[in-house]
Amino acid sequence: MSETIPAKDGPAVTQATLVKKAAPKSDYKPADVSPQRRVQRSFAIRLWSVRHSRLLEWFYARFADMFLLLHPLWKGIGYGRVEGPIKFVEKRVKGFMFDCRMCGQCILSSTGMSCPMNCPKQLRNGPCGGVRANGNCEVEPDMPCVWVKAWEGSQNMVHGDRILTVQKPVDQSLRETSAWLRVTAQAAAAREAAAAAKNGAANTGASA
Amino acid sequence: MIGRQRDENPDGIHLPLAPLPGHTSRGRLERVLRRGEFAVTTELNPPDSADPEDVYNRAKIFDGWVDAINAVDASGANCHMSSVGICALLTRMGYAPIMQIACRDKNRIAIQGDVLGGAAMGVANMLCLTGDGVQAGDQPGAKPVFDLDCMSLLETCRIMRDNGKFLSGRKLTTPPQLFLGAAINPFAPPIDFRPHRLGKKIASGAQFVQSQYCFDVPMFRTYMQKVRDLGYTEKCFILVGVGPLASAKTAKWIRTNVPGIHIPDSVIKRLEGAQDQKKEGKQLCIDIINEVKEISGVSGVHVMAYRQEEYVAEIVDESGVLKGRQPWKREIRRDDQMVADRLESILHDDITETQVDMVKTAH
Repeated sequence: MSETIPAKDGPAVTQATLVKKAAPKSDYKPADVSPQRRVQRSFAIRLWSVRHSRLLEWFYARFADMFLLLHPLWKGIGYGRVEGPIKFVEKRVKGFMFDCRMCGQCILSSTGMSCPMNCPKQLRNGPCGGVRANGNCEVEPDMPCVWVKAWEGSQNMVHGDRILTVQKPVDQSLRETSAWLRVTAQAAAAREAAAAAKNGAANTGASA
Repeated sequence: MIGRQRDENPDGIHLPLAPLPGHTSRGRLERVLRRGEFAVTTELNPPDSADPEDVYNRAKIFDGWVDAINAVDASGANCHMSSVGICALLTRMGYAPIMQIACRDKNRIAIQGDVLGGAAMGVANMLCLTGDGVQAGDQPGAKPVFDLDCMSLLETCRIMRDNGKFLSGRKLTTPPQLFLGAAINPFAPPIDFRPHRLGKKIASGAQFVQSQYCFDVPMFRTYMQKVRDLGYTEKCFILVGVGPLASAKTAKWIRTNVPGIHIPDSVIKRLEGAQDQKKEGKQLCIDIINEVKEISGVSGVHVMAYRQEEYVAEIVDESGVLKGRQPWKREIRRDDQMVADRLESILHDDITETQVDMVKTAH
């Protein structure tokens, strides 16, 4: 937790910056920076989403309702069959807006619209202790900490306190599946179960 | 003969203590904390060797000064003897180790196995950490695992202990008896989320927490105020991380290079102004302990003196936090002494017996 090896004075150096500085810009550097940084060069859109977390929260609530309304359609075609096209759209839309990593169990509504899978440690329950004083990531010195942003985003949201619920470990078997469809299917199942329970209660009431 | 100490199993120092009502573990640290005594814990610098004596020698210097010893799990992502290994050695000798589990190197399958293995060896305290990123250590090319995070790890341990089940729901025949810990860092952004994060950790199962190095007491005081207002101090024991700084230069280096450690300018100025910076660093640590121990809700200190372990005893002694209490100390027991007396000739005299001689003496 606190291992410190005193060395010569100098600016903050991480592996990424070391490698980056080691060769001139024109050289081919296969390892260059960390994999995440290589994929992700700009954070502008991700940060826009966090700033507009309230709007997105409102929009997603409508969107989820619409998806639930379409449940008979999904069921008619078959959830398995629509999975492919829906995932295609979801991956691109969420990838553009949030740098989504397709964990398949989206918790953006609980994390201030800042995707926790972008955290190099993939923390889903809050920031680690290594956040830099300027609010940037310990591992990726150029990246604003996902969880600092998540806290800011959640402060704007109506259900911002959802950030306080403890999230279960990621189910890796759900990777690359559509979270939209899963949530819809679950909500539909819950609705049917509630209706069945109500009917059952009514029936027993009638028979009694 | 030296009398049996408090918090010691009469049948053997390596055995777990008798279970007490309201205690979830059979370890010494939980007893000390629940009695309301000011606890002192420290960190063992893990050796880069396969020699058990290295671990014993490093633990020996804390004898009689600390209530529990953290066995770090490749801290700073640097490769060392594993925390499970250190715990195995320490429990044999009767010490109360706190087994650190970092999520960086192991997935949930390995972690749950280690929790069971550790508990079976007599480890009563486990500290659940996320772990530093691999980029911080000596092997930045390693694959970061981070299958669980500290919160889900805590919950996993709690489920194993309280429900007697693995995360999968499969039953354990004997659940581990554990005192669960976590780490807090009140000094890193987002500052106003930090108290809530402690709340999440408590909800996941944390019974005690150790903080990151505290050099900024006013900042810590504000944090504790918030934590008290939220009522977390009744649910969780808070141990403040403290430690001596070797020099102003080291302090500056730590500030720029070690993520998550906040050192205010006043501390550096104070060290720079001192004649003997090392001594001043120690005095600063003692002063901080004396300040934080007065903060309501603080149950103990966690002294991290990396590569200055010999100062731990002095710091604890001079700050007077133990108030005359002596934590458990490894002592030579009567039976050990008897064996040593009788067998000294064998141990120390250099006799080489041949089988022929042995037969002759036997007749």
